[in-house]
Amino acid sequence: MNVTEILFWVLSVLALGSAIMVVASKSPVHSILFLIITFFAISGHYILLNAQFLAIVNIIVYAGAIMVLFLFVVMLMNLNAESAPPQKNKYILYGRTIAGASLLLVLVAAIKQTTVTGQMVETNSGSAGLIENLGKLLFTDYVFPFEISSVLFLSAMIGAVVISKKEA
Amino acid sequence: MPINYYIFLALALFTIGVIGVLTRRNAIIIFMCIELMLNAANLLLVAFSKLHTATSNIATAGSDAQIFVFFIMIVAAAEVSVGLAIIVMMYRNTHSVDVNFLNRLKN
Repeated sequence: MNVTEILFWVLSVLALGSAIMVVASKSPVHSILFLIITFFAISGHYILLNAQFLAIVNIIVYAGAIMVLFLFVVMLMNLNAESAPPQKNKYILYGRTIAGASLLLVLVAAIKQTTVTGQMVETNSGSAGLIENLGKLLFTDYVFPFEISSVLFLSAMIGAVVISKKEA
Repeated sequence: MPINYYIFLALALFTIGVIGVLTRRNAIIIFMCIELMLNAANLLLVAFSKLHTATSNIATAGSDAQIFVFFIMIVAAAEVSVGLAIIVMMYRNTHSVDVNFLNRLKN
């Protein structure tokens, strides 16, 4: 096992374990902190795949901006584990978990049949994910979607302000 | 790394997100599970873009998929700002973030 494989397994276990804790933990603040750990693990995967631009954007946008927004809202509402409503029926909970696990089973069984399995992914090399290459592409071929996204952000900002205003 | 490992990792993350949406009743945690599913899809897109790089002769093949992931992140950021505004609005009206209170559209 070389360093890349060891890092892959460590990051995968970290991502999956903290993703399970996001769903399982009672307190919303703990869920958010575990989700930040998951996002950092996914960023580590991006670095392993040499997608450095996306790794940095993932940390800055997701772990930095979006999760802080979540934390801000949770602390604004003063939510904690005691304020959570009790689960009425345990069997409904188990049934829903089994339904989700069945989805995983079906998907894994479907992937097993494909021919894509066994091909190797390029790690630690390649210039496809570097900022130089992606920046050039973003401002030449994809400049129109890039500008459209600024309109999307403006409308999202105005929408958020209008929705959360007291007197609509 | 073989592509299988990335596919199964992304599938497991996506399924954890689905289970979270199905089992939890807190609207904020449901929203976070949706973010988890989006990130699983992003991870799979990046892995397939690097698979395309490995099988292609062009050095920068697969950049388009990474631009695509970037735009998914942009849309997710816009979605979170509006969604959290809706959740704050809902908390102000019902004094709870339990989605079971929202079982009807009227009143």
